[in-house]
Amino acid sequence: MPDTLIIADKVSKKFCRTLKRSLWYGVRDLGSELIGRNNSHKDLRKKEFWAIKNVSFELKRGETLGLIGCNGAGKTTLLRMLNGLIKPDTGRIEVRGRMQALIALGAGFNPILTGRENVYINASVLGLSKLEINRKFKDIVDFSEIQEFIDTPVQNYSSGMRVRLGFAVAAHVNPDILLVDEVLAVGDWGFQRKCFNKVGELREKGTGIILVSHSMQVISTFTDKAILLNKGNHFYFDNVAMAINEYNKLFSKGKVESGITKICQGNDKIKFYDVNIGPTRMHPGDSFSLRMRFSSSIDYDDVQVDTKIMCGNEPDIYFQATNKAYDKRLDLKRGDHKFEIKVENIQINNNNALLSISLWARKRAEVLFWWRIRLDFSPMNYSVGKNALNMIYQVD
Amino acid sequence: MTQKTQQNSFQPVIYTPDSIMRTPFRLICQLWKDLKNSRGLAWRLFVRDFSAKYRQSIFGVLWAFVPPILVGLIFIVLQSKKVVTFSKTDIPYPVFALVGTTLWQLFTESLNAPLKSVQAAKSILAKIKIPYEALLLSAFYSLLLNFLIKAIVIAGILVFFKVKLTIGLLYAPLTILALIILGLAIGLLLTPIGMLYTDVSSALPLLTQLWFFLTPVVYPPPKSFPLSLLSNLNPVSPIIEASRDLIAKGHITNLQPFLIILILTLPVLMIAWLIYRVSIPIIVERMSA
Repeated sequence: MPDTLIIADKVSKKFCRTLKRSLWYGVRDLGSELIGRNNSHKDLRKKEFWAIKNVSFELKRGETLGLIGCNGAGKTTLLRMLNGLIKPDTGRIEVRGRMQALIALGAGFNPILTGRENVYINASVLGLSKLEINRKFKDIVDFSEIQEFIDTPVQNYSSGMRVRLGFAVAAHVNPDILLVDEVLAVGDWGFQRKCFNKVGELREKGTGIILVSHSMQVISTFTDKAILLNKGNHFYFDNVAMAINEYNKLFSKGKVESGITKICQGNDKIKFYDVNIGPTRMHPGDSFSLRMRFSSSIDYDDVQVDTKIMCGNEPDIYFQATNKAYDKRLDLKRGDHKFEIKVENIQINNNNALLSISLWARKRAEVLFWWRIRLDFSPMNYSVGKNALNMIYQVD
Repeated sequence: MTQKTQQNSFQPVIYTPDSIMRTPFRLICQLWKDLKNSRGLAWRLFVRDFSAKYRQSIFGVLWAFVPPILVGLIFIVLQSKKVVTFSKTDIPYPVFALVGTTLWQLFTESLNAPLKSVQAAKSILAKIKIPYEALLLSAFYSLLLNFLIKAIVIAGILVFFKVKLTIGLLYAPLTILALIILGLAIGLLLTPIGMLYTDVSSALPLLTQLWFFLTPVVYPPPKSFPLSLLSNLNPVSPIIEASRDLIAKGHITNLQPFLIILILTLPVLMIAWLIYRVSIPIIVERMSA
């Protein structure tokens, strides 16, 4: 078996911004393709832009490459080129091995037909022969955990069940290269765990994986290296943590100061200033306080304070509460005031945590203030066995 | 399975912007290989479409032959009441009209099949790499099934009107196959543009209706000059006439035009197939994922 599964060399792809022109370019591309002309790809035509420019990378056996970037950065476009669905405009892609994309789960499903029939259809679409499907059928159904509904029309399935069946089929193709586009977070928790185990199992067998995800937890847990795509540019990282750091910077509009992400700090009616935060180096059990002043031109009644502490990576929430949970009402009156939020007794036995504090007006219709603050902890060697927190706030 | 996987993995697949028309030999090899590889999927898609079509229907297979019979009956009534007058046909008019409309329906089904099939598979094409030929092959299987259903209908017509059965009848399936292939070839030529612009699918029903009246389906081919062009320049006419001749009379009256069309059909199908193949990645690019 070859050691390198994918070699992408200076791959680019352009797209067109308007539909009418895009279709017309399609006709023209078809024409020049048919007469065997190659040179129509190199330059941008009117209203075109590079969705992906000069991306090069290699994927080796057993390796997992993370593909990150904001929406529209070209992640899916790159996957589609690797999969051979669309042609690159420049560069060269070499694929060695059976490739499978976990992109459209349940492709070819017909809602009228039963789960059993659809397993056969879907598996055929994914390239399995009838014999292979016969042999794997039981495993597929067992994996999906919907044995009792396998002879029910798929239109009566819940969307979760449909995805389960689709994933079960896809998981049994045993490809050399697996392209995963944001589909692992499907189904309930039990099924998600199963999906991740399956992907891990494939990786152990030597499958090369390209993983697209917006969940940095997934990226940091599963990938060995990462490519960050942004506005046609791309940045390659051997160190996934650095990639994630760069990714997070994309969303803070460059205002990351010593681990603080200032997502929102007032609007044209209310301004927050002189924001003072407590120490960000903490010991378990310490308290954290956020002091600031605000000046408002209107009354904001019944504001919600949302406090969230996330351990390490985002989806693991350690603590989350609003002032409602403490049965307290907060009104931010017009004029100049001081304001303090205090979170007491944070018991975290982890190196770092992310504290997110936000203020919401009008029943969460409008965010007034939102900071995310990185907290560093000196973990203790024992667990204190309690995580009671208290949240205090006061307005002068 | 493992054997097959390993075989595949040692043959690297390479994607570049270069036109595949530059390497015609490799292209032809690829065409055949993909056609062979697509049989399993094509059969599966055919079974899917077939079962889904009839599972949610009470009259099921009836829909496959009621429309042409109805059109045929209308013309039989019009003709017998002398509302329209056609020159004398050498086959009893009811048989002439019913067989004609049944064959014509098979042709329009073939004409519409490629675009319909590719459009239905749009979401798969946009996301998963499948051999493109599978869509055409499954459409072809469906057409063969339609042909079988219609063969039963035609047999019924022959028995009902007590038409003398001949040995030539046995050749009719071949000419009908040519009819299907002609429809497929023309339909396939329209598919790439039809996938980009909806105008094609809007225009197709209208054009086929017009085409029906320009083809000697319910009337005998005109013999005098300007009107005879209708049947001479119309590629469908010789095939429909030849098929109907074989079914009802056992021999083809006008063999030469039929042979010309037959010889032209295959290259047209090949060219249409090639264009289709080249066009799919370009079309996928222009539609959403």
